[in-house]
Amino acid sequence: MISVRNLVRRFGDFTAVKEISFDVAQGEIFAFLGPNGAGKSTTIKMLTTLLRPTSGAIQLDGMDPNVHQKEARQRFGIVFQDPSLDQEQTAWENMELHGVLYHVPRKVRATRIVFLLKTFELWDRKDSLVKTFSGGMKRRLEIARGLLHTPKILFLDEPTLGLDPQSRNQLWTHVKALNETEKTTVFLTTHYMDEAEKVAHRIAIMDHGAIVAQGTAAELKQQTSTDSLEAAFLALTGSSLRNESADAKAGLRQMAQMWRR
Amino acid sequence: MGAIYILWLRELKRYVRSRVQVVASLAQPCLYLFAFGFGFGAVFRQAGRGSYLQFMAPGVVAMTVLFSAVFSGIAMLWDRQFGFLKETLVAPVSRLQIMIGRTLGGATVAIIQGTIVLCVCLLAGFRPQSWLALPGAFLFLFLIALVFAALGTALGSAIKDMQGFQIVMNFLVMPIYFLSGALFPLDNQKIGMRIANQIDPLSYGVDGLRGMLTNVWHFTPSTNLMVLTVVAGAFLLLGAYLFSKIEV
Repeated sequence: MISVRNLVRRFGDFTAVKEISFDVAQGEIFAFLGPNGAGKSTTIKMLTTLLRPTSGAIQLDGMDPNVHQKEARQRFGIVFQDPSLDQEQTAWENMELHGVLYHVPRKVRATRIVFLLKTFELWDRKDSLVKTFSGGMKRRLEIARGLLHTPKILFLDEPTLGLDPQSRNQLWTHVKALNETEKTTVFLTTHYMDEAEKVAHRIAIMDHGAIVAQGTAAELKQQTSTDSLEAAFLALTGSSLRNESADAKAGLRQMAQMWRR
Repeated sequence: MGAIYILWLRELKRYVRSRVQVVASLAQPCLYLFAFGFGFGAVFRQAGRGSYLQFMAPGVVAMTVLFSAVFSGIAMLWDRQFGFLKETLVAPVSRLQIMIGRTLGGATVAIIQGTIVLCVCLLAGFRPQSWLALPGAFLFLFLIALVFAALGTALGSAIKDMQGFQIVMNFLVMPIYFLSGALFPLDNQKIGMRIANQIDPLSYGVDGLRGMLTNVWHFTPSTNLMVLTVVAGAFLLLGAYLFSKIEV
């Protein structure tokens, strides 16, 4: 369903993504793990047509998202790292707007919105403005919205960031259920090892722009002869803190982007 | 078409729902209307130019449309901040459709605001030369709204923070208003002022509106129509171009 070959993205002199390759099968839940600034979000941006790769090939459901942009966009749903709802509209209106933008026929749209709002336990609040929602509800609404046009692939960029354990748990239950009933392929990034281990069929660990290991959680543990995914992760990526270097990199990236204009 | 419609509708919903903003944005034109309209009335009459209220009311209506239209475009800053812009930019519709939907929505809101202020003017004692002139006046109202909503979209695509917004308001929108002849007659001006008037696209909008409503023209009706149409086209192209360049 997703196939990536030798994908590279440079920002000026800085290489954010270095020659990564991976495949995700149809119906699979695939997790990208990595410290801050590892290049996870850059990769997602390239997969979702928001950023052009410097070089390398991407295939989503057999097509290059940079050539067939609209067709590719129609085939995936995305939940961004930061919220992207219209706060001044109701949950229903946000769904409706998305449905129209994604050409979901009127009749299908209505039934699908009802189904998804009920699934994600937002039905009671369908007519409330989104700005009155809690963080968990907003997240759920975004995922429901991302699934409205029955995408073949759902991209989740750190969807549980800042949520309490209850909301996180509930969110993954829904995602797993949808993955099973609708056979949606899920590509997610997260910081939480336990989530990746619980939800994902396969995991890729990314560091400094490269994929350092990929496989099932069991395989990764075996590979590093550790007994938990967290230990495996630390064994693969080292235990030094990345926040500072990540900030410097982010700053560099911004500079590079600024001066290119 | 669906995309254009739903984004147009969104602008209208936002407008109707933000009652505070509606009232606040009507307060300023009303202040101009009452403070200047009545304040300068005596001087204007002594200069033999008749009623100042009659003269400036179309200008205040044009100002309302100008502010409201530019503002709705710049409101894209909020959408950028709250992330909603991204949702529309990754949708499988062309950016042009998104830009048109937003711009038409902003223009429609501006026309509604202008109409409300026109009603306030009527209450204050303003009288059009003939009620039959209203459709013509609305044509100019529409063109002003379109020109400046497109400009607003262009600005909203180009600027990224609130400082930029302040600069635009102080160094672009206010001069456009003050130099347009909304508040004073354009005839017998010094050459510098005349040039400024002629560069300012709002001059033609104000003149068209005033001409239609009170039958006092500075330019000719066809000049006004032509300039506004051309400028609207140019700003729409500029807006579409800048909007297509937005990076998420």
